[in-house]
Amino acid sequence: MVSEKPSLATIWAWLDDVPDPEIPAISLTDLGVIRDVAWQGETLEVTVTPTYSGCPATTIINLDIETMLRSKGIENVALKRQLSPAWTTEWLSERGKQRLEDYGIAPPRIAGGPQHCPRCKSKDVERISQFGSTPCKAQWRCKDCLEPFDYFKCI
Amino acid sequence: MTQPLFEFLCRLGDNTLVLGHRVSEWCGVAPVLEEDIALANTALDLIGQTTLWLGLAGEIEGKGRDADALAYHRDVWDFRNLLLVEQPNGDFGQTMMRQFLFDAWHRAYLTALKDSSNEQIAAIAEKSLKEVTYHLERSSDTVIGLGDGTDESHRRMQNALDRLYPYVGEMFIADAVDNEMAHQGIAPDPASLRSAYDAHLDRVLRDATLTRPDSEFTHKGGKTGVRHSEHLGHILTQMQWLQRAYPGATW
Repeated sequence: MVSEKPSLATIWAWLDDVPDPEIPAISLTDLGVIRDVAWQGETLEVTVTPTYSGCPATTIINLDIETMLRSKGIENVALKRQLSPAWTTEWLSERGKQRLEDYGIAPPRIAGGPQHCPRCKSKDVERISQFGSTPCKAQWRCKDCLEPFDYFKCI
Repeated sequence: MTQPLFEFLCRLGDNTLVLGHRVSEWCGVAPVLEEDIALANTALDLIGQTTLWLGLAGEIEGKGRDADALAYHRDVWDFRNLLLVEQPNGDFGQTMMRQFLFDAWHRAYLTALKDSSNEQIAAIAEKSLKEVTYHLERSSDTVIGLGDGTDESHRRMQNALDRLYPYVGEMFIADAVDNEMAHQGIAPDPASLRSAYDAHLDRVLRDATLTRPDSEFTHKGGKTGVRHSEHLGHILTQMQWLQRAYPGATW
């Protein structure tokens, strides 16, 4: 039990450390799925929006948030699902985009495709498929180093 | 018609459920790995949307049924999906033609639902629309690529269009439920979406070098539940057997 309620800034800092279950290189706050954190009396209310409506990671994300908060001594946690405004890749943090790139996943761009190959940085890339190993990614290939790579879809 | 809103939500949820299940039948057997993954992802989006629509339907009904109960414990006559989405996969071309004919309607319909007077419906529509826009982009491109492809792929796509076109009309026919939804500002009059749909269809079919069938004859009875095709029962035997054999099973 905690004697005093942790501040919202502290809670956001904790959430910064919870990795995305499918792309652990980025955190849940990098992904932009946590829309709000607020105390409602003694209950901490966390508002989460799904990336894709069928993404199986959504339930794991909720579980991970709850597990982390309980490990910090917060007993009353309420997770709220918010559908509107719908999640957009514009909510990915700049740090998150950089982490994706370092991890080998090309970050989303409004232009609709990767800026360059995340490995060799060549701009000579082609799309293999509009879909990939998770709902949020598409498959591309570098025509210079010939490596296939994931591109984080821009939605 | 005791609860028009419940009926209406079942129609939306059953469309995405039945098509999602149909498309998932390709998992592991698609022509190439990339298409396999694309089809599975499309199915996943549709099933995700189903949980939202049927979840809300259960809340509105207020009898304690959740999305799973509605999906797994109703029989054929209680399903309210369009006949189009229960049609068999056929070959890959037929699957993609069905997807295209549905996606083009689905996108137009969700776009209108975004302005629904019901906030929960508007939110689900807004969320689904992003996914469906992506589906339509892919299915349009694939119809064009295969239609304007080899003689063989062209022939198959024309056959698919001829086979499936008689199921298009049902999407635009209004009944008492639609009229009530339109009256309450919850959903558009289906007929109002036809001209934009036709324009998109004509554009894609022209690029695909395919010919739209002359006849506007249309099969109906899916969304009202009056007359489903035989195929739906076979889908349900696959989809529901586990919950029927072990009611309430979880893992």
